[in-house]
Amino acid sequence: MNRRYILPLVTFIIICLIWDVVVRANGWSVQVFPGPLVAINSVWELITNGTLFKHTVASLYRVTAGFYLAALIGIPLGMILGRIKVIKDAFNPLIQFLRPISPLAWIPLAVIWLGIGDPPAIFLIFMSCFFTLLVSTMIAVESISPIYFQVAANFGFSRYEVITKIVIPAVIPEIVTSLRLTVAIAWLVVVAAEMIAVQSGLGYLILDSRNALRMDYVMVGMITIGAIGLLLDYIMLRLARVDCAFWGSLK
Amino acid sequence: MAHIKIENLNKRYINRRKTRRDDDNPETKVGAEVVVLQDINLEFEDGEMVCILGSSGCGKSTMLRMLAGFDRPTSGRILIDGEQVKGPSSNYIYVFQHNGLLPWMTIWQNVELGVRHIKDEEERGDVIQEYIDMVELTGFEDHHIYQLSGGMRRRAELARALAVEPDMLIMDEPFTGLDFLTRMKMREEVVNMHEYIGKTIVMVTHDIDDALVMGDRIVLMAGTPAEVKVSQKILDVPHPRNLEKEPTLCNLREELYLKLGVSHVA
Repeated sequence: MNRRYILPLVTFIIICLIWDVVVRANGWSVQVFPGPLVAINSVWELITNGTLFKHTVASLYRVTAGFYLAALIGIPLGMILGRIKVIKDAFNPLIQFLRPISPLAWIPLAVIWLGIGDPPAIFLIFMSCFFTLLVSTMIAVESISPIYFQVAANFGFSRYEVITKIVIPAVIPEIVTSLRLTVAIAWLVVVAAEMIAVQSGLGYLILDSRNALRMDYVMVGMITIGAIGLLLDYIMLRLARVDCAFWGSLK
Repeated sequence: MAHIKIENLNKRYINRRKTRRDDDNPETKVGAEVVVLQDINLEFEDGEMVCILGSSGCGKSTMLRMLAGFDRPTSGRILIDGEQVKGPSSNYIYVFQHNGLLPWMTIWQNVELGVRHIKDEEERGDVIQEYIDMVELTGFEDHHIYQLSGGMRRRAELARALAVEPDMLIMDEPFTGLDFLTRMKMREEVVNMHEYIGKTIVMVTHDIDDALVMGDRIVLMAGTPAEVKVSQKILDVPHPRNLEKEPTLCNLREELYLKLGVSHVA
């Protein structure tokens, strides 16, 4: 164990101790502000009865579906927009108009259009990732050095080769970075999305526990969200170190 | 092999500066026409090593770009072996001033770009290896660009260009940014390589000594718009050349310096 792991652990323990002391000193009831021991106990309780696992899987499913959909549509579209000036000129104002609208503003329409259940939640996550991925891919493609395209022309690349040998590898580092940012946004939005139209997921767990005045369960929801967020970021960070993205960190 | 003829070449472009400078001056006025090259006439023989000299910003690079087909002349023609240049072609490989190697590929993969047409994998591998060996990068096949020094990068790019077996190599200041020793070595390597493959090489440089040591023909461009001041073939001076000991080269050197506006040469 080196300092990189010990130091955060120490910080974490100190925060928990302060939390415990504050709760005990003020004598807050469990319904208002549960202490760390109660929270940890509840985490264990929800793990053993399977509730936490069920809700986590439901949330992860929605995030994955919405996020993949946004990546599969947003990245190729961003490449087209970045390469073909006419299409960019036609669509860019519309994109910039839609982009600042919070995905949460789509909630009423999402529910009316798609009913309740998974579809509106997936739609909201899609909306939260799509524009960021689209715009960052577009900018990344536009900023590829023109020299590489001249090399491509000089060596007689076909259109397909230009895409596979120049455009895609050139933008992979930027795309990995924006995937890392958007997966965090998706994880933020899923909680809000699950508070409206579904009966499962970590957002639902939090809302339902609030209605039952179980603040310890609310905290379990928050702790799980935080832990999974940390894990997702770690995975995305590892992704930036794969061979084909690594050259970007040395630019 | 490539015989190059440049006829009445002109290049003008519209000044698109966003910030206004001095609108009274027609040269810098926004929307004004800027003449880069005017009435350039040149002829290079098959297999010549041509060194183009000129002050910076005089349009030598623009001419090279047109030679490679990246840019179109405003008027006039560039003929290579009697055919007009219409666009980039793998017959004429351009070696870029700054890194033209693809940084997401290894040296091997970069050199492979030039020999994609060879279908047989083993044969293709042999050709790639041959050119990597030629530029003495053996052992660095799986290295990425960022792992190589400046000189090695230039050599790798040279290998990639040569692997195509083009009729002509076009090099835009290939030695910029190299340290003194590497520069000396690269000069020698390019000269040796030229004697070995015998292809036409057109090279832009702003180092007069580069041109004198390497060139079969020296072209000097100067002025705005640029004109050809000198296009002289250097005959009977075999490689390796020693500048101090060749009176013809010494005289030419002085003449070139004078024409570039430097009167005292150390």
